[in-house]
Amino acid sequence: MVTLTAEHEEVVYERPISLTDVDTIYCPGCTHGTAHRLVGEVIDELGIQERTILVAPVGCSSFAYDYFNVDGCGAAHGRATAMATGIKRANPDNIVFTHQGDGDLASIGIAETLHAAARGEKITVIFINNAVYGMTGGQMAPTSLIGQKTTSSPFGRDVKLTGYPIRMAELLAGLPGTAYSVRRSLHDARHIIQAKKAIRIAFEAQIEGLGFSIVELLSSCPTNWGMTPAEAMDWIRDHMIPYYPLGDYKVVEELKRKIRRVGESLANTQIKS
Amino acid sequence: MSEQLLKGNVAIAEAAIRAGCEAYFGYPITPQTELLEHMSKRMVELGRVFLQAESEVAAINMVYGAAAAGIRVMTSTSGPGISLMQEGLSYIAGSEVPAVIVDVMRGGPGLGNIQPSQGDYNQVTKTTGHGDFHPLVLAPATIQEAIDLVGLAFDLAEKYRTIVFIVADGAIGQMMEPAELPPMRPLPDKRPSWALTGAKGREKNLITSLYLGAENLEHLNQKLQAKLKIIQANEVRFEEQFLEDAEVALVAFGTAARVAETAIQDLRRDGLRVGLFRPISLWPFPEKRLAQLARKVKAFFVVEMNSGQMVHDVREAVGPIVGLQVPIMFFGRMGGVIPLPEEVEGEIRTWLTHKMGMEETLPLED
Repeated sequence: MVTLTAEHEEVVYERPISLTDVDTIYCPGCTHGTAHRLVGEVIDELGIQERTILVAPVGCSSFAYDYFNVDGCGAAHGRATAMATGIKRANPDNIVFTHQGDGDLASIGIAETLHAAARGEKITVIFINNAVYGMTGGQMAPTSLIGQKTTSSPFGRDVKLTGYPIRMAELLAGLPGTAYSVRRSLHDARHIIQAKKAIRIAFEAQIEGLGFSIVELLSSCPTNWGMTPAEAMDWIRDHMIPYYPLGDYKVVEELKRKIRRVGESLANTQIKS
Repeated sequence: MSEQLLKGNVAIAEAAIRAGCEAYFGYPITPQTELLEHMSKRMVELGRVFLQAESEVAAINMVYGAAAAGIRVMTSTSGPGISLMQEGLSYIAGSEVPAVIVDVMRGGPGLGNIQPSQGDYNQVTKTTGHGDFHPLVLAPATIQEAIDLVGLAFDLAEKYRTIVFIVADGAIGQMMEPAELPPMRPLPDKRPSWALTGAKGREKNLITSLYLGAENLEHLNQKLQAKLKIIQANEVRFEEQFLEDAEVALVAFGTAARVAETAIQDLRRDGLRVGLFRPISLWPFPEKRLAQLARKVKAFFVVEMNSGQMVHDVREAVGPIVGLQVPIMFFGRMGGVIPLPEEVEGEIRTWLTHKMGMEETLPLED
């Protein structure tokens, strides 16, 4: 019989040092936490924790600064990219990122979002698109799907009345200041791994000073969608992805070269380990 | 250093640069645009931050960000821009970061016009944004004073971690006067301990105005109110002219005070004992000094370029004094009209004549 001691234990998974050891306010099945985890891992891997600054939005992730072990602040609703601009211009050597929901980024803050991208502001935006206003209780968002029932579109979103959901990743890709604009999904493990790669590239774009970078993450809100967490993941796959196709909408040439180099170095790392 | 002929907006901008302003964010609006234009050239020459924002909403939030990063930062605008900035100003106040805001007031409401006005008095002193707070508000009457107050504004903003307003009007912004600029102050080589600079070798810093628990938020409010009391005790500023023997004290700030000054000189030539009380800090308002004056003078005569906004603060300062019935009168022009000294004189002469015919103390009138 073998007695196992601490010496036999091997750490295979742990909390990134860029995340704090606290409970979040997020509901069961919400993917905000998944996104935080991915960002935390990327910050650790890039070794930028000591120079990263988080700009939290207004919405479910208002308290994101409590969950990250980096300097942080809370912006006014929709103004995260403007506040991030002020910080980045004051501190060009810091890595500044926002974590914003769809109401914050694509509705009340769309002007700030578009202009930050148009200026090629060297910041990174993590955009949580869950097609609903979460914090206020499930109202229609600018990204709510056609026909989607919410607490403020009880008969389903009627395009004649409220127009069409906005595809932000595509919209921002059209601006020359944008270095990187992609859409990923957080509904299953494979897509989560892809999302992490995109988040890493988005931060690399900022580190390289290439311009504005954004990762739109299709996310769940089981509470306000009236679903179980598992049903919510399926709903992302079956309803959101068809309207919001996953993909790279803008990757500037310099970044593509960088990605190839990173790809090689990652491959080497994997071989070594 | 020597005097040079300077336009108000340019003088304020250059004074800010010399006071160590490291970042400026703004949006064009008449009558302050020369300020932004001066910044667009000089800040870039000096390797500092200048950015023309997409709106005043964005500008104030950029100010919020740079202030959170711990550098001296400023924006300038006019009334319509202040309206848009109120959201950001409230966040800045709640987060206790320092910022200097210049309001070169124009005629309102609405789009109004671009003529000089003092219609933003209530907005800057009382209704600067949602929630309980007051910015510190400084009102220059000359270009030299504007220059001096800008330097002071940055120092006070930093000292108290608060918003400091410089309120000028279109006349002060647009006119030229001889004035002397201060020497360039060296920039600090380190940031305040609370600033967002990256958590290197220290605990992480947090700048926020979000306190979900009612008691926590009340605690923040108590802290803010305590700070306001300290500001009220230490930062009251005013100027007095000819008040030693005055029977009537004119109360006016900014450009209206210059009009009042001319009126007083004319009235004095005719032997009428009138003087000027000019609040320089509109918040904190010099209420204690006004209360003292109420025991000396026979009447107050408030002159403003609005419908009568500061006059309420004068009433509040003087009104509660038991047993005193000092009339507080008001004369103002609105919509961007600057009152003429002759108009002010006429009002005072009429009142004095009226008073002569009466034996009893006059009731309060407006």
